[in-house]
Amino acid sequence: MEINTQTNMHTIKRKNNINSRKLKNKVFHGFLILATTMSIIVLALLLYQIFSTGFKYLSFDFLNNMPSRFPHKAGIKSALVGSIWVISLTALFSFPLGVGTAIYLEKYSNSKSWLNKLLQINIANLAGVPSIVYGMLGLAVFVRFFNFERSILSGALTLTLLILPVIIVAAQEAIKSVPDSLIQGSFALGVTKWQTITGVVLPYALPGILTGTILAISRAMGEAAPLIMVGAAGYIAFMPSGPMDSFTVLPIQIFNWTSRPQAEFQNIAAAGIIVLMALLLTANATAIILRNKYQNRTD
Amino acid sequence: MDLKIKVESLNFYYGAFQALEDIHMNVHENKITALIGPSGCGKSTFIRTLNRMNDMIEGTRVEGSILLDGENILKNETDVVDLRKRVGMVFQKPNPFPKTIYENVIYGPKRHGIKNKSQLDELVEKSLTGAALWNEVKDKLHQSALALSGGQQQRLCIARCLAMEPEVLLMDEPTSALDPIATQKIEELFEALKKKYTIVIVTHSMQQAGRISDFTGFFLNGELLEYGETDVLFTKPRDKRTEDYITGRFG
Repeated sequence: MEINTQTNMHTIKRKNNINSRKLKNKVFHGFLILATTMSIIVLALLLYQIFSTGFKYLSFDFLNNMPSRFPHKAGIKSALVGSIWVISLTALFSFPLGVGTAIYLEKYSNSKSWLNKLLQINIANLAGVPSIVYGMLGLAVFVRFFNFERSILSGALTLTLLILPVIIVAAQEAIKSVPDSLIQGSFALGVTKWQTITGVVLPYALPGILTGTILAISRAMGEAAPLIMVGAAGYIAFMPSGPMDSFTVLPIQIFNWTSRPQAEFQNIAAAGIIVLMALLLTANATAIILRNKYQNRTD
Repeated sequence: MDLKIKVESLNFYYGAFQALEDIHMNVHENKITALIGPSGCGKSTFIRTLNRMNDMIEGTRVEGSILLDGENILKNETDVVDLRKRVGMVFQKPNPFPKTIYENVIYGPKRHGIKNKSQLDELVEKSLTGAALWNEVKDKLHQSALALSGGQQQRLCIARCLAMEPEVLLMDEPTSALDPIATQKIEELFEALKKKYTIVIVTHSMQQAGRISDFTGFFLNGELLEYGETDVLFTKPRDKRTEDYITGRFG
């Protein structure tokens, strides 16, 4: 009889426990849904706001006109072309530099040396430095010291510095994830270190490296602050024809329009934001397609 | 019997820990030499000194000499790239590259300068045939190697080695990750391979050593306790500890 009661007590206790655990499960589930919906709602509101104001101002003329002090004539061509120039050069500089640094740190330098450790700490810290600080650095080094003036080149080099740490850290992680068994397999075939890096390490790490680079380049594309420091202008009524020309970029053009008192400029600013977002999405999509292509090859 | 590798007074250290102690061993040409012993006895470390794979581990040190055709491979001047071309290695876990079967086989030769397409094609067929894999994969050479079964992957790794036309094949527990049928296929392969190559194999399975090898070495705590012809070692071991191990009393 006594034993029986005890068993019952246990069952009841266990049952209570199950109920409370199930409750926790539900609460947490609800919380996660709430968190996701919140961010989606904010994003949707933002998009709605921008599209409802800006969409009707989007036209071929808007894309093809130079900026103007008359809102109905103002276009975004010089900023769009400027953005493409700056981003292309930034990608061109930062990708090989970043990947090269990551290969050196992971595969060549002695990971236990104080120099390597110092570099690692510095790179991690640099990734968190505010972009305006890079702008000041770019102004001092590229614009003044190297005398590149207020050019596309200065802007691209400044953005390169800004995103290099991010690319390096991402590439390092990707390189670290290459299984040691593959590297040993390559070495065991009498293949040199460099051939192993190009033959096994980089193909395997490429999707990860590209993901990091996509994120970094997208960030650079949306930056205005450091480019204001190196002297991107708010009003450029000609097309940049080379890397030494002065320039403006989309975020600066948008900022310039939003800071004007006329309501119409606010509207074309919204249209400008749509163009910037389209550019960002195109860049991201290209990079994702590239990444998937290489991922399929390694799977 | 010709001598292929002569190991003399070999000591090996991981930092302060001595993993191999005064190893002497003669490896004969076109024979299969099996290395047995409990985990951590140093047999894998030993086999990795024969193609200097241990160079990749920081803080290791090696003393003594390993003569490959009379030349000491432990010298500083030894070109390890060339050494590893002559002494191929197959690992415990199949490690095909995430590339096609074809690319896996030509990975080494292509990087050693063979660019001619028909020469590479020929090499692929020859190597895959040598690894008893050709008939199974000849219609899907340009598919991913990772889609193969474990046993096929391991034979592909052997083919990848053969494509380098090595003289010695080192195998570090090549069948321990495979099922019995795949194991049997690879064991049958050894018989054919030893006509052309000198094979050194580390194995966990005493039965395997007994089945396939001509010579067997028994490692214990970093020492080569006993070494000799397989038939003799398995039937009349000199050392009590060898007998205990091969009869399954420990390990």
